[in-house]
Amino acid sequence: MKRLAVVLALSALAAAVLAATPTPDAAHQVFEPMGPQAGHIGQLWNLFVAICAVVFGVVLAVLLVALWRAPRAPHTAPGDVSPLADPERRATRRVGLGVGAITVLLLVLVVASVFTDRAIARLSLKDAVSLEVTAHQWWWTVKYLDGEHVSDRVETANEIHVPVGRPVIVQLRSDDVIHSLWLPNLAGKRDLIPGRTAMVTFRADQPGVYRGQCAEFCGYQHALMGLLVVAETPERYQAWLQAQRQPAQPPTDAQAVRGRTVFESTACAMCHTVNGTQAQGKKAPDLTHVASRSTLAAGTLPNTREALADWIRDPQKHKPGTNMPAVPLSREDLDAVVTYLGSLR
Amino acid sequence: MLILSLVVALAACEREERTFRTPLPNATPQQAGERQSANQPAQPRTDLVRNAASPRSPYEGNAYGVAQGKRLYRWYNCGGCHANGGGGMGPALMDEHWRYGGEPAQIFQSIVQGRPNGMPSFGGHIPEDQVWQIVAYVRSMGGQLRKDVAPSRSDTMYPGEAENARPKMPIKPEILPPEQPTGGPQQ
Repeated sequence: MKRLAVVLALSALAAAVLAATPTPDAAHQVFEPMGPQAGHIGQLWNLFVAICAVVFGVVLAVLLVALWRAPRAPHTAPGDVSPLADPERRATRRVGLGVGAITVLLLVLVVASVFTDRAIARLSLKDAVSLEVTAHQWWWTVKYLDGEHVSDRVETANEIHVPVGRPVIVQLRSDDVIHSLWLPNLAGKRDLIPGRTAMVTFRADQPGVYRGQCAEFCGYQHALMGLLVVAETPERYQAWLQAQRQPAQPPTDAQAVRGRTVFESTACAMCHTVNGTQAQGKKAPDLTHVASRSTLAAGTLPNTREALADWIRDPQKHKPGTNMPAVPLSREDLDAVVTYLGSLR
Repeated sequence: MLILSLVVALAACEREERTFRTPLPNATPQQAGERQSANQPAQPRTDLVRNAASPRSPYEGNAYGVAQGKRLYRWYNCGGCHANGGGGMGPALMDEHWRYGGEPAQIFQSIVQGRPNGMPSFGGHIPEDQVWQIVAYVRSMGGQLRKDVAPSRSDTMYPGEAENARPKMPIKPEILPPEQPTGGPQQ
């Protein structure tokens, strides 16, 4: 009895601690749906938890009853082997009822999951924003396909901006191995398979910054392959899109001008693009508006001057195995490049 | 028996070793070489390039390094001129008879200095350890590397055995053109 009290007290304490844990800024929570798709999945989750909890409770209760009703004998008494002589009894009515109830409960879960799928597919796609997300080891390309002309298309990396209240259609591709896109607050997981195009749709109903993550093991830096979804008001979204459509502003101060020259004449330009300059590499994140993003290296580092300089100096320190090479630059050249990239708003 | 298995295991380690921290194989000061091509990616440079510090690529016995070289060969569009080693606008890379030398250090020099008639000068545009990885991969195309190190052919290409995995075969005499008669034309 005493032990039971201790266990109960500990469980209550753990529940209180869990309930009091604050949620981080960039939400990453299945339990806080911010759109219809995640809401449907949340409801399915609640149903599963409820039914499984009931079944678990019933099984434990039956076990306890069986233990309680079992005949007791002193330790010294010889074992009772008389049941061995009797043939095993046929399935009784009670067992039959139990099996029937379990089957019905399982069918309830199957039907509920079918209805969840249907509800997810029913999201109205009128006036939707079209995106294409390509996964690489270990970062994400994001292309905005809307606009009258091909030149209105926008490419960015590791950060998706969406307007609140409008549906979003995301085409998913992979450049190398199988990845999986998971935006816990907005939608379920969807695999990105090389050579195929998958699709996921969602709608964000609350403004905020939500974190996404690769959910399929894809190599060394799978854990550091994150992205942010910034849901904002339609006006702010349009302003952001217009800004992204502009080529990079030519730098004005001398250090940034030098930074651009270094950027264009060293290894940076072999893989990165800055629109409006000679840097047109297509193998690494587009840096045309890199200073407007809040993280570096797929959510690994905050986008600050120090972090950027450290990332360029030794990327392998932060993400061992990353395909970004360490570029040997003098201290002045590195400062200039960091200043130039900081000017790309 | 135990020693033998240990030796085999250790050799396998070297083959698969992955060094993520960029080594600087060319860190020692060396003579500078002239660039031989103004054809360069993005902004052209005019400074001198550093010569190869060692005669061999440090990645020649390392399967991971050679595989990285294969990735970089695609990334930097070497295939734009050399195709998948068979050559096109640029010369073929699948043999060991090269116009500017087929030794690792000579290939390194061809990549960083550039060569006349089109080969761009990549010195300063590509980190030197990446050049060494590309050198190792390019040599694997001609069967110059150990078979267990050379990467296999991409799945998208001819499904037969890759050149570097085939047994070396002497040229069959019947496919050679018939010998031309010497002397004056026959009446």
